[in-house]
Amino acid sequence: MSALEAVDLVRTYRLDGVSVDALRGVTLTVEPGEFAAILGPSGSGKSTLMHLLGCLDRPTSGVLRVGGVEVAGLSDAELAELRNRTIGFVFQSFHLLARTSALENVALPLVYRGVPRAERLARARAALESVGLGHRLDHRPSQMSGGEQQRVAIARALVGEPEVLLADEPTGNLDTRNGSEVMRILTSLNEERGVAVVLVTHEPEIAAHARRQIHVRDGLIEADTRS
Amino acid sequence: MRRREAFLIALEALRVNRMRSGLTMLGVIIGVLSVVILVSVGTGAKDTIEREISGLGSNIILVVAGRLNVAAAPTQGRLTLEDAAYVGRVVGDPSRVTVSLQSGETVRVGQAEQFATVVGTDHNLPNVFDRPLDKGRHLSETDVDTRRRVAILGAEVADRLFGDVDPIGRQVSIAGARFRVVGVYATVGATFGVARDQEVHVPVTTAQRLFGLPRLNGIAVGASGPDEVEPLQRRIVSALEQRHPGEPFSAVTQTQLLGTIGTVIDMLTGVLAAIAGIALLVGGVGVSNIMLVSVRERTREIGLRKALGARQRDVLTQFLIEAVLLTTIGGIIGILLGVGGSLAIGAFTPVPTSITWWSIALAFCVSAAVGVFFGVAPARRAGRLDPVVALRAE
Ligand SMILES: Nc1ncnc2c1ncn2[C@@H]1O[C@H](COP(=O)(O)OP(=O)(O)O)[C@@H](O)[C@H]1O
Ligand SMILES: [Mg+2]
Repeated sequence: MSALEAVDLVRTYRLDGVSVDALRGVTLTVEPGEFAAILGPSGSGKSTLMHLLGCLDRPTSGVLRVGGVEVAGLSDAELAELRNRTIGFVFQSFHLLARTSALENVALPLVYRGVPRAERLARARAALESVGLGHRLDHRPSQMSGGEQQRVAIARALVGEPEVLLADEPTGNLDTRNGSEVMRILTSLNEERGVAVVLVTHEPEIAAHARRQIHVRDGLIEADTRS
Repeated sequence: MRRREAFLIALEALRVNRMRSGLTMLGVIIGVLSVVILVSVGTGAKDTIEREISGLGSNIILVVAGRLNVAAAPTQGRLTLEDAAYVGRVVGDPSRVTVSLQSGETVRVGQAEQFATVVGTDHNLPNVFDRPLDKGRHLSETDVDTRRRVAILGAEVADRLFGDVDPIGRQVSIAGARFRVVGVYATVGATFGVARDQEVHVPVTTAQRLFGLPRLNGIAVGASGPDEVEPLQRRIVSALEQRHPGEPFSAVTQTQLLGTIGTVIDMLTGVLAAIAGIALLVGGVGVSNIMLVSVRERTREIGLRKALGARQRDVLTQFLIEAVLLTTIGGIIGILLGVGGSLAIGAFTPVPTSITWWSIALAFCVSAAVGVFFGVAPARRAGRLDPVVALRAE
């Protein structure tokens, strides 16, 4: 069974009577443990695709299955639970809660899963240690570098032990050194834990870390190559 | 997500935004504070007046000529000493009927002088009113019958004119006539704004001659028990109206006086509390406003929470609890400040205050309700936010 299975996904935005076809029929399968990069110029529909794959949004048409479950039949609450259990997100701009410690930030997904506090914090601590931030537990986002903040975000994506990690331009706000550190962590997560990673980027050097490159242009898949 | 978690998240969000939280609470704090203080001042005033009226004595009926008007000073009516004697026969016990004729006069002792309310009354006064003596004696029947120039001084008059000297047996001059002091009343305080310690009592017959007034201001009757008060009141009025056909007479009992004044004060307190309640509502509108701003500002946070698995309900609950926490914490602070303020007013100003538990309970419940009522709209908006839109917001 595939981790993610998209068949002919279409997403059309309507804004003030103008409609934008962000995705025009994307068919794509991501297997468990895979490491894929979605490549394409800005505005090609990469983020839209990632939001659909992550069940943050619903397609205008087409079918999406997550872990074999057809998403269209799920309520918003069921979708929220599906996200919580099977998908981890990493965003370009980190999206950490300000004035909240790294530990609490990382523990947040477990709050919505109803995990007791002590267990939550223990798992958050372990996740932070696995990204090399065992010494930054009580730091707030404003007290950390961009690279550290993104690693906190990765720890947060990991803490719920998802099957798929979706990363939208995770290195976009980082310098080269921090960027490659983040890529090193994502690679080792994929290799050691077997988490499927779907990485969105417009930089070929970053995409080169993945074994599979999916090229998107104007809302369509242009090429899908494995190295 | 469990309730406790939602509660902790909301509390944390308030802590993180504590500046804004404090300012938002301010409206609620001021509203609750005003409600508590105004109600306690109103209740204090009512308690004081009730205590004063009860302090007069028990089961008292006051009879005057004409239509009764609580607000106006007693007018010199048609009542005479003969009417008082007649009322004594109606009551069946003349010793429970006393009279009053008042005039403001200057009382002198040597160089010292003091303005006092000179009251012409009789020997039955202590049978009707609680008027304990500090020294000397009350008026006697002979004092009244023979128009003696004797006087009993209120505590304050005695103190001002004689200081530490014992006034008994000494002379005072009232409206140019010399009187001998035979008694001094104990301190009783004010009733109804009437400073009873500034009174001087003289025989009513002496007063009528001195002031040149043949009439009385009023007759007071002491009923033998609480059950007798109202029937006796009706009997006295109809007997007087039969005696003087075509002329109205009125009688008011202590209970009626208490009731009327209590109602008036309750109404005033109610109006003031309602105004303060409006302040509380305005505070609620402020909460609603700031919660909406807060939802907008925290759009990204909401999107993130949803991406991480928060359901619409979880976000709604969080924001609703935030609103209710804001107003109840504000309410508790307001109550504490209101109680403190009331105690301070009671201790450091002449205004009496009395803190009532119901006003505190009401203020608390209303502030919680304000939180629910004004928190629902912003919380729903937060819950409905589309996670993608929220995450893209920068
Ligand atoms: N909420 C939206 N409303 C309208 N148009 C949108 C919205 N989100 C994205 N778009 C449009 O859809 C297209 C694809 O956007 P996006 O998926 O963000 O591309 P990428 O991530 O590859 O830069 C763009 O033309 C963008 O302007
Ligand atoms: Mg994008």
